[in-house]
Amino acid sequence: MNYQGNYAFLDENSKKEIRRTILKAVAIPGYQVPFASRELPIARGWGTGGLQVSLSLVGEEDVVKVIDQGSDESVNAVNIKKMITDTTGVDTTIHTIESTIIQSRHRIPEVPLTEEQILVLQVPLPEPLRLIEPSERKTKEMHAYGEYSVSWLHIFEQIVRYGKASMQSDYPVIVNGHYLMAPSPIPRFDNPKMNQNEGLILLGAGREKKIYAVPPYTDVVSIDFEDYPFETESFSGAACRMTGLTDVFLDELQDEKTGESYYLTNDQSYMLEVLNEQQNTVTGGGTHE
Amino acid sequence: MGYVAVKGGQKAIERSNLALDYDRIKDGRVLDVADILAGMRPLVDQVMSESSLYDEELAALAIKQASGSMEEAVFLMRAHRSTLARLYYTNTTSTKSMFVERRISASFKDIPGGQLLGSASDFKQRFLDFDLLNETQEQVRETAENFEKKEFDAPVMNLRQLPKVIDYLEEEGLYTSQPLNDREPDDITKSSIQFPTSRSQRLQSLTRGQTGAVTSLGYAGIRGYGVASHPNIGELRVGELPLHVSDARHPDEEDQAYYIGSIITTEVESFLPIDVTDKDGKTTQSFAVGYGLTFGQNETKTIAMSVLDYSLEHPVDGYPTSDEEFVLLHVDSVESTGFISHLKLPHYVTFQSLLDGIREIKKGGTAE
Repeated sequence: MNYQGNYAFLDENSKKEIRRTILKAVAIPGYQVPFASRELPIARGWGTGGLQVSLSLVGEEDVVKVIDQGSDESVNAVNIKKMITDTTGVDTTIHTIESTIIQSRHRIPEVPLTEEQILVLQVPLPEPLRLIEPSERKTKEMHAYGEYSVSWLHIFEQIVRYGKASMQSDYPVIVNGHYLMAPSPIPRFDNPKMNQNEGLILLGAGREKKIYAVPPYTDVVSIDFEDYPFETESFSGAACRMTGLTDVFLDELQDEKTGESYYLTNDQSYMLEVLNEQQNTVTGGGTHE
Repeated sequence: MGYVAVKGGQKAIERSNLALDYDRIKDGRVLDVADILAGMRPLVDQVMSESSLYDEELAALAIKQASGSMEEAVFLMRAHRSTLARLYYTNTTSTKSMFVERRISASFKDIPGGQLLGSASDFKQRFLDFDLLNETQEQVRETAENFEKKEFDAPVMNLRQLPKVIDYLEEEGLYTSQPLNDREPDDITKSSIQFPTSRSQRLQSLTRGQTGAVTSLGYAGIRGYGVASHPNIGELRVGELPLHVSDARHPDEEDQAYYIGSIITTEVESFLPIDVTDKDGKTTQSFAVGYGLTFGQNETKTIAMSVLDYSLEHPVDGYPTSDEEFVLLHVDSVESTGFISHLKLPHYVTFQSLLDGIREIKKGGTAE
C-alpha cells in the first residue's frame, strides 16, 4: 500500500502536543505525565506509546533502530520499524552505535548509549504501584506524597515468604532521588544501565496514556534493603555459545538434538558485531559493512 | 565473511498478511460496501458508536476490510480518526430538536406526544426465516414498494418537537432538573481522563465503550452489583439530530450557525428512585436520571450506559459498577482487545527473568 498520509502518520498538532508532554517528562524525571494517547494502526499494548514518542520526534535525518526482546528481526520490531519507515522514509539500522532513535521493547541494548541518542522504551504498565494499589487516583496521591513504603513492604513480604526478593523484570527504581518508576519490563539486568546513562531515555505507555523520562546523567536506584541488596538475573557459569560472552543478558535455549540447554546473547545485533569482530581477528580478513 | 543472523520476521509478516487478504476473497465473492450499509445497519451503527466517528460509509468499509470482525473494524476506524485534524465543536444541541423515528416509555402509558414503536426487533418472533436463503432482488423491491404504498391509520404526530417525558416528572415535582451546563466538554481524545472524572469525561467513555462490555457491566449493576433498584426507562428515543457549527465571526449568534447535517442517535433517560434529605434532616424519595446517548440505533448499549451513568453519579461503596476507574478504564474496545491480544507477542526476556527468580528461590530454600 502506498502511504499518502501525513509525515509520521499523526497530524502535526498531535505530534506537537506529544513533544510538549516529553519536555515536561524530561523536566520532572520519573514523573508520569498524562497525555491524550492517539490510536494508531498498531494495536494498543503492542508498542503504541513508544511509537507515538518515536513518531513525534523522528526527523528526516534520523536513523532508527527497533528492538523487540533483544532482536531487530522479531515480528513486532519489524512491524513497528515498517510503520515508521513507511510514513517517514527515514533510514534504519540494526547497529546500536549508528542509530539516533532506538525504540525498544523489554531491553536496553548492551552497547552503551551516547549523548546523541534517544532510547524509547515501550511500556505496558507504567504505574509501579499498580499491583499493590489498583486505583489510579490513590497511586497519584502516593506519588505526590512520596509514600512508597508499600513497595518496600512488598519486597519485605517476599523475603519473609520466599527467603528472597522475588521481583522479576520491571523492578521498580527511584529516579533522581524522588519518583518511584516502573522501568518498563526490562530485565533487572538492565536496571543498572539506566543509572547515570549518557543518552536520553523516554518511556511511552499508549494504552495507559502516560509518558515519562530519565534524562541523561540521572541517578536511578533499584529499591532494596541493606541486608537484602538488589540482584540482577544470574547467569553464573553460563556463556553465550556463539561468542563466549558472559557479561550480557542471555537467552536460554534447548538443543533439539541433545536436549541440553545452552545460552545465546539476547542482544542479537551486539552478538553479530562481536562475532564479526572475533572472526576478523581469527582470519585477519577485511572489515564487515 | 561475518556471521549473518537468521532473518525471517519481515518475510513471515508479509506471508501472514497475504494469507489474511486471501481468506477474505478466496470464495470469489465481492462484498459490496453498499450491501453492508443496506443490510447490516446495526453493525454499522455499533462500529460508529465504538469508534466515535460518525461516517456510515467508512464504517461499512471498515467492516468489509475487517471481514465483519467488530473489534478490527472499530480499530481501523479509530486509527483513521487519529489522522484527522479536529477543527470544530458543534454547538450545544438539545435532543428536543430530534426528528424522532422511535420513541417509547416504559414508565408512563400515555406520554405527551405519544409512543412510537418505529422499527425494532423487540417483538419479532425469532424464528430463522428460511425464505431468506432464496431471497431475490425482485421480491425485495416488490416488498419495499408495498410497504411504502401502504397507508397506516396513525394519529398525526409532530415528530420534530416532541416534549420530553422527564418534563412531566418535573412538573409533578418528582424530579429536580440540574442547571444546564453548556460549557465545552473535557474532550477525552484531546487530554487524558483524570480521576475524579467530570461527567463529560464519563459520558464520553461510556458512549465510546464496547457494546458488550457496557451491556455486561450495566447488567451486573442491576443484578445486584451496584444499583439498589430496578431502573425504569422514562424515555428511549431514536432519531435524527441536526448539528450546527457556529460561524467564527459570530460565535454567539445561533441563526448565523452552519447546519452541517444530521446524525442518527439513540437517547435513553432512566428513572431511579433516590433518597433526598432536606435541610431539616427529613428524608424523602425523589427520582434521579441515568443518561445514555450513542451514535446510531444502539438501544441495549444506551440503556446499559444510562445504568452505568447513574451508578457512577450515585456511587455505592464497595460495588465495582460504582467504581469509575473500574468501569471507565475497562470498557474501551480498542484498549481492552489491544492489551489482551498483546499477550500473543513474545515475552522471552521477562519470562527468562521470572524463571531466574523462581530458580533462585528454589535454590535458596524457604524462609526461616
